[in-house]
Amino acid sequence: MKLHYAFLVRPRTSLDSKTGTWRLSRPVLDKSKCSRCGICELYCPDVCIVAASDDYAIDYDYCKGCGICAHECPTGAIEMIPEEM
Amino acid sequence: MSFHSKNMAVMEGSMAIARAVRDARPGVIPVYPITPQTHIVEFLAEMVANGELDAQYIRVESEFSAASVLFGAAAAGVRAYTASASQGLALMTEVIFSLAGSRLPVVLTGCNRQLSSPISLQPDHQDTVLLRDSGIIELYVESAQEAYDTHLQAFKIAEHPAVRLPVLVCVDGYVLTHVFEPVSTLYQEQVNAFLPPYQPQEYLTPENPLIYGAYTDDQTALEMHYLTYQATLRAKSVIECVAREYESLFGQYHGGLIDTYRLDDAEVALVAMGSMVSTLREAVDRLRRQGRRVGLVKVRSYRPFPTEALRDALAKVPAVAVLEKSLSRGFQGVLSADVKAALYHAARRPLVLGLMAGYGGREMTLGTVDEVVARAYQAVGQGCVEEDCVFLNLRKEILPEGIAQ
Repeated sequence: MKLHYAFLVRPRTSLDSKTGTWRLSRPVLDKSKCSRCGICELYCPDVCIVAASDDYAIDYDYCKGCGICAHECPTGAIEMIPEEM
Repeated sequence: MSFHSKNMAVMEGSMAIARAVRDARPGVIPVYPITPQTHIVEFLAEMVANGELDAQYIRVESEFSAASVLFGAAAAGVRAYTASASQGLALMTEVIFSLAGSRLPVVLTGCNRQLSSPISLQPDHQDTVLLRDSGIIELYVESAQEAYDTHLQAFKIAEHPAVRLPVLVCVDGYVLTHVFEPVSTLYQEQVNAFLPPYQPQEYLTPENPLIYGAYTDDQTALEMHYLTYQATLRAKSVIECVAREYESLFGQYHGGLIDTYRLDDAEVALVAMGSMVSTLREAVDRLRRQGRRVGLVKVRSYRPFPTEALRDALAKVPAVAVLEKSLSRGFQGVLSADVKAALYHAARRPLVLGLMAGYGGREMTLGTVDEVVARAYQAVGQGCVEEDCVFLNLRKEILPEGIAQ
């Protein structure tokens, strides 16, 4: 990469920039405890909890690890695990 | 070929600056008023209102905003200008570092006035010297004529492809901004030939979005600072070339990085910046008539600092007396510290005296210069300089008990 003399860069969209790289801890879903209520999906500020047919998946490309899903889950099915640095 | 004398008129220094700015045809002028800059921006407001200048004149709510609008206008590819002084320049400081780092070629006038506290309106150079490390180019002028000519040169230097940096033209408040002098101005066609419309290399549009001041990390920030530093050094030859081009076209020359006066066989060289230089020319003539071999160096470009030019100019002088209007508290006079640094690697190092002269707006008279020169000859006799920083004409009798030495 060659530097521009004034460090002008083209803005990129989040399709290019995976903002999940900022995450310090990751939510991990225990499917055996999950009641499929959908509260985590409603609360996730980054739309990173994606409803599949009868299941939920977490989009780690964009999840920033805020932990709201784990805090709100009524059955305690989501645990925050520190990321390896 | 010179058409210069055809347009001679007596005008206030602020009017000379406003006319130069008008003739440079900026598209955006953000303004926040502050004494002693006010006349410049009032004249520009009148020129815009009268249709003499087709620019957006934007009244903002602070100097921080004025500098920020300057940034936005330049980033959008428009020639932009503002003026300020003292506390206003201090408030602009954060944005001025950004302007330099983003390599935006705007022009500002710094109407020199002391910084608080204590509050004062008198001129010294503390406010513009405050900005010296930002990457902005600082040119100090000594007359209304030089102010007119240097503002036109400033746009050309700022926009030069090898430079692309903001330029601050420093003019002493009142002594230059409010005094009436004869000034030769140019015809618009002459200015247009010297300073064509600004051609930005890149600029912001909705169709072509760009990020200015993007995030750097420990792998790129050092290189970016190196690039800006190199541009400030390249500006040295550009400042010289633009001054010579202006002379060849219009017959006016006020020095490039420096100017010298009666220096050839000098035993003492006076070094100064700004309006004080004109007084010192007269003082040098007077001292020469008395048999004192005194010469003068005017530092016209303070940033970039004329290191090589000063080494050449001062190589054969036994003593250098720096008359300065800015102080680094806890150290010494700012200009004399820079002069000493520039001379450190010279083959022969002259003695350098740092003297606060005209600091705090205290009047510097021909008598003051006599004292400076006497101190310089005394240093030569002793072979050393006793004090790093001398406060000339200090009124010891009004200091609290136990302070004065």
